Amino acid sequence: MTSPHLSVRGVFKRFGPVVAVHDVSFDVAHGEILGLIGPNGSGKSTLFNCILGQTAPDAGSVEVDGRRVTGRRACDLSLLGVGRTFQQLAVFPGLSVLDNIIFAAQEHRGGMLGRLFMRPDAGLTEEADRMIEFFRLGAVRNKLAGDISYGQRKLVDAAMAFMAGPKLVLLDEPAGGVNPTMLAELRERLQTYNREHGTTFVVIEHNMDFVMSLCGRIMALAEGRIIADGTPDEVRADRTVIDSYLGG
Amino acid sequence: MRAHREAIAVAVVVAALIVAPLGQGNYIAYLLCSWLMLAIAAMGLNLTLGYAGRISLAQASFIGIGAYATSIVTLAHYPWVLGMAVGVVLCFLVGLLLGFPALRVRGHYLAFVTLAFNSLFFLVARNEDWLTGGTYGLSGMPRPRIGPVSTSGQLAFYYFTLAVALLAALVLRLIVRSPWGRAFKALRENEVRAESLGLDVRRLTLLAFAIGSAYGGLAGAIEAPLVQYIDPGSFDVVQSLSLLLMVVVGGLGEFWGPVLGSAVAVLLPEALRVTAAYYLMLYAIAVILLMTRCPGGLIGLARRIAARPARRRGAAVS
Ligand SMILES: Nc1ncnc2c1ncn2[C@@H]1O[C@H](COP(=O)(O)OP(=O)(O)O)[C@@H](O)[C@H]1O
Ligand SMILES: [Mg+2]
Repeated sequence: MTSPHLSVRGVFKRFGPVVAVHDVSFDVAHGEILGLIGPNGSGKSTLFNCILGQTAPDAGSVEVDGRRVTGRRACDLSLLGVGRTFQQLAVFPGLSVLDNIIFAAQEHRGGMLGRLFMRPDAGLTEEADRMIEFFRLGAVRNKLAGDISYGQRKLVDAAMAFMAGPKLVLLDEPAGGVNPTMLAELRERLQTYNREHGTTFVVIEHNMDFVMSLCGRIMALAEGRIIADGTPDEVRADRTVIDSYLGG
Repeated sequence: MRAHREAIAVAVVVAALIVAPLGQGNYIAYLLCSWLMLAIAAMGLNLTLGYAGRISLAQASFIGIGAYATSIVTLAHYPWVLGMAVGVVLCFLVGLLLGFPALRVRGHYLAFVTLAFNSLFFLVARNEDWLTGGTYGLSGMPRPRIGPVSTSGQLAFYYFTLAVALLAALVLRLIVRSPWGRAFKALRENEVRAESLGLDVRRLTLLAFAIGSAYGGLAGAIEAPLVQYIDPGSFDVVQSLSLLLMVVVGGLGEFWGPVLGSAVAVLLPEALRVTAAYYLMLYAIAVILLMTRCPGGLIGLARRIAARPARRRGAAVS
């Protein structure tokens, strides 16, 4: 088990004249929590989208568990055990919290035709309720996801990323716009999940306290390139990082 | 408990539908048939638009495909079931093809693409005389026989239509109650998120069009023997728009919405016949009021009214 869980090699992505991701390569080990920091527009979200099949990279390759996934669709990645959240909140506002969370796993159950003949909940209510309890969403279980608070929706979003039992989860600014109490709760939930399931995380985050205390390793991106990679203390002390991000 | 109440309501309505045309003239039975036929087509459009969130202004052309297929097959003395099957399968396949543009464009653009398809169908139906009878259309389609029983009488044909409509509703109900229903809604609400959770967005979008269009085909298979005369004009864009209105008035994404919306469109003009020329004006004003005050349509309005006493009760407690 020395092979990396996620391996990114030479990924390039440009939008017209803008090079959003510039020759990025890195590995993430099984069970690791990697933080990804960098100023706005440094290419973090685009990198996620390239890894997850949402955007086709112009060059480079991505491997999950030694399997090449470059060019695969986002739904394939999900079925291969890679979960994610989006920077822009992404829940289904017209569905109940319970339905949001059930949906997050139903496409992993059987084949498409088979699902037509399954019970309405695809046998997932119990599991969804466990997830609802884990993220302490019990009070809003039957409310529409569009009717609950922003912080609660962030939790629903996270719960959805975990529902199908992914081995690798990529979180894009999970703490953005979340109040301090909810923030501590979110960090604690993520750490607990990582400890209990050995799930690998890559977390994009601007909140330094959050990311420094959550992650064992931090990578800094600027203008599409990796400018630092190390422990939180190392990265915090790095001159280039201070100049391009922390200091500025 | 809610499912329980719904089952009772459905049973009451079905019972009412069984006795409704008894002792009435043929015209009432004919009117009820028209309603049920349109309800089937609107149910299909509701799947595509209400559940899956993909607009189609081509539903009338699918009624047309179903009606022409059924007419051609039955006029050649083959049984109705065969004509219906040909029409439904054809609509499923053509609907699948129409789904491909929906993978690329949304909203207004998709509306125009589907509108163009409806015009294309209209032109083909008008110009290919050898198949469709051109502007003269096709007439004299026989009504189906079920074993020894003929449905050529208006009442018999009404019960036949009712049975088909109930079956169609049941099948759709099973589809939207299954995990597929949730997937259609997820597709409507946030396609990118849905795909990131494992949904094959491409396949489900195509299916939303294919199934919705197949329901149009089934409606056409009823229309042909009901009206016994079809021409391209019965399936033009105006008819597609009117189907869209039925779905929206009933309540988008509400299972019973299209049934209610088509009832309003077909039966209300009769009820308001006394108002003569003012009917369309009254209808237009009612639609404007409904859409601006209650975008959830009639079912949404009913839900709001039903929820009101509960809220008052809640307020009294606190
Ligand atoms: N779909 C897109 N089309 C054009 N430019 C884009 C697109 N997505 C991102 N970009 C550009 O790529 C750069 C990186 O953006 P992004 O990955 O969102 O950065 P970050 O997540 O680090 O804030 C920015 O300059 C942004 O404007
Ligand atoms: Mg970003």
